[in-house]
Amino acid sequence: MGASPYQPINGCFDEMVGRDGAVRDAYQAVDRWLVETDPALLEQRRREAEVLFMRIGITFAVYGEGGDPERIIPFDIVPRVIDATEWERLARGLEQRVKALNLFLCDIYADREILRAGVIDEALVLRNPAYLPEMNGFRPSGGVFTHIAGIDMVRVGDDEFYVLEDNARTPSGVSYMLEDREMMMRLFPDLMAAHDIAPVEHYPSELLGTLRSVAPKTSDRDPTVVVLTPGIYNSAYYEHTYLADRMGVELVEGQDLFVEENRVYMRTTRGPERVDVIYKRIDDPFIDPLVFNPNSALGVPGLMTALRAGNVTLANAPGAGVADDKSVYVHVPDMIKFYLGEESILKNVPTYRCGEADDYKYVMDNLGELVVKEVRGSGGYGMLVGPHSTKTEQEEYAERIMATPDEFIAQPTLALSTSPTFVDSGVAPRHVDLRPFVLTGANGVSIVPGGLTRVALREGSLVVNSSQGGGTKDTWVLVPPTGGKEAASC
Amino acid sequence: MLSRTAANLYWLARYMERAENLARMLDVAERTSLMPGGALADGVSDSDYNEWHSVLTASGNATGFFASHDEPTREQVIHYLALDKSNPSSIRSCIETARNNARAVRTALTADLWESLNQTWLDLIATKREEFRRGELQTFLDWVKERTLLFSGGATSTLLRGEGYRFLRLGTFVERADSSARILDVKYHILLPDDQHVGGAVDYYQWTALLRSFSASRSFYHSYRSALTAGNIAEFMILSQEMPRSLTACLAETHGLLEHLADLHGRHLECHRLAGQLYSKLRYARIDDIFEQGLHEFLTGFIAQNTRVSDEIAVAYLS
Repeated sequence: MGASPYQPINGCFDEMVGRDGAVRDAYQAVDRWLVETDPALLEQRRREAEVLFMRIGITFAVYGEGGDPERIIPFDIVPRVIDATEWERLARGLEQRVKALNLFLCDIYADREILRAGVIDEALVLRNPAYLPEMNGFRPSGGVFTHIAGIDMVRVGDDEFYVLEDNARTPSGVSYMLEDREMMMRLFPDLMAAHDIAPVEHYPSELLGTLRSVAPKTSDRDPTVVVLTPGIYNSAYYEHTYLADRMGVELVEGQDLFVEENRVYMRTTRGPERVDVIYKRIDDPFIDPLVFNPNSALGVPGLMTALRAGNVTLANAPGAGVADDKSVYVHVPDMIKFYLGEESILKNVPTYRCGEADDYKYVMDNLGELVVKEVRGSGGYGMLVGPHSTKTEQEEYAERIMATPDEFIAQPTLALSTSPTFVDSGVAPRHVDLRPFVLTGANGVSIVPGGLTRVALREGSLVVNSSQGGGTKDTWVLVPPTGGKEAASC
Repeated sequence: MLSRTAANLYWLARYMERAENLARMLDVAERTSLMPGGALADGVSDSDYNEWHSVLTASGNATGFFASHDEPTREQVIHYLALDKSNPSSIRSCIETARNNARAVRTALTADLWESLNQTWLDLIATKREEFRRGELQTFLDWVKERTLLFSGGATSTLLRGEGYRFLRLGTFVERADSSARILDVKYHILLPDDQHVGGAVDYYQWTALLRSFSASRSFYHSYRSALTAGNIAEFMILSQEMPRSLTACLAETHGLLEHLADLHGRHLECHRLAGQLYSKLRYARIDDIFEQGLHEFLTGFIAQNTRVSDEIAVAYLS
């Protein structure tokens, strides 16, 4: 396999080195760079990145573990490269999927055709905790419920991408996509110049355009957009400030807003100012203490009434979570067929629902091979990774499933692709996933090429979540060779 | 601009200014306590006691300190004012609060300004130090002054001259006026004029120390070109238009910033009236009249009025 000392893991698809042992086209320059660069220099650059992230304050909070509450997410200096053809197909699949999710949300809060047609079980939707009866009959501006969706993908083969999970509520991580790119430009300009990489820097302006496009039609003023954050103790606070800053809009907390005559205003030094679109980074149960959690100090009393009166747009709309629930996930390919009349371009991971008798039996008999998750869990907490668990852990987990089978789903343990990663022992394969961000406004879908690549830094680990020791990588989508630099340089 | 953002900027600047003033006060106390027989003239036998106690009083920390300590020894006072996490007004707490305020309004700051503040905080929490021996304190205080100067320099040279900048500077000058007045009030007894008596060695030390705490020992000579006298020093620190830490200079800034905001928003409020009133009182005052009125009475009156200005700024803009 050439001069590269890099050795992929047997049985896992590797992003750089193909099954035949040859370096894949998209990775030619990265491979050369890894071979030719002194590891001491790579280590020095890695440290530089760490210092920069800390100084800029790109940190996240980890709950309940003691120690320094503000940490940086480890950044890996080896980029993850996706070629133009791969990306083109992914992008089509993402657009199709998110379109269907939005159609589904509009439908179930209105006519519920998909339920009446018997495609999805009514109870699964209507008894779902993420389903909000308060949203019944609501027609969102532009027909969009989930304006910002993050779709978690994994790769297991050359052309085999699976969707692991949809995030239709408040997906985070896009600031890392942008900051990782900044960091690579700073650290390795030569390596970047050797590639034609699709830019991602315009994401904030795409986001602002998306948010403005769904402003309530009742107002003919230039719409005022704000980002609503739970505050500085939220784990994604950095991202909230980052996005507000790059869009040039106010970053507000609940206490900065108030509702009067069903209109939303913010308190400013000039007096009250009307707000039209709120990019909300607060979970639904906390947005309005008059309607949901009465103890919430994060929300705005009266916000739901203002929303229902059509005087303000919330992105994403409350109630969008019912589309990304792990038990509804199973049915996304059915939605695509039902609403769009198309076959799903992106594959779902086969999923067993422990609430069903047959599936239950299968899961209990095969705990050692499966990944079991809580239906309502997130962040990689509370899951059982069968092949990496002990007998005792399996037995304890089995008891939890037995107590509330409806609360669990299981999936086969996928051989997640690996990507070369700079770790203590040098450059080694580590498992990665990919979260692209899909924006939907009144004028359709837009996707910035790339996304957030998360990497499980511990050897053999399949858990990429930042709360579980995962790191991030810059994700490069190469532009097709026909366009771009060569043509422009003539 | 959001009222909360304005409030955060205002308090961010107040806390940074407070940290700087604490560093100045500790600096002066450390020097004075080293002077031979510095406090004997005051009839206090224990010179340490005298000096460290007066820092506690000047910085408004006496009540808090004596709630948990008996004796104001050098070590205890330095620890309480410089490093103590449980004291919300220690240098450490001030910098931490300032940085938290900044974090809450990052978007209103430039990257340069935020990163320098964040670095200050990171350096501070990396110092695991719990005490300073003689000689070590100076290094720490120099560092604090350097970082706070970097903050105000960064604000002046990088911030957009919008509302945010005005609220930040307002915080600086409201805090500085308060602090300057308190330092003078603690030391007012050494400033009382004794005819045209030029002070002896002890007065000289005390006066020099006072000027130092205002970073003004050289500028005094530049302005007066005459020997130190109590009257001259008091005039310089209270009424000078040129000395950037004098009460008049602080109020000139506060007044100017508030007028700017009034023009911007098209509203004149109670805070504008109060600041204008206080400023003109200082602007047209004579030092002899102040002495006649009573220096201590004048200074306590000033502190109260400056606090009212701050309260009214909060009512007008920050809530």
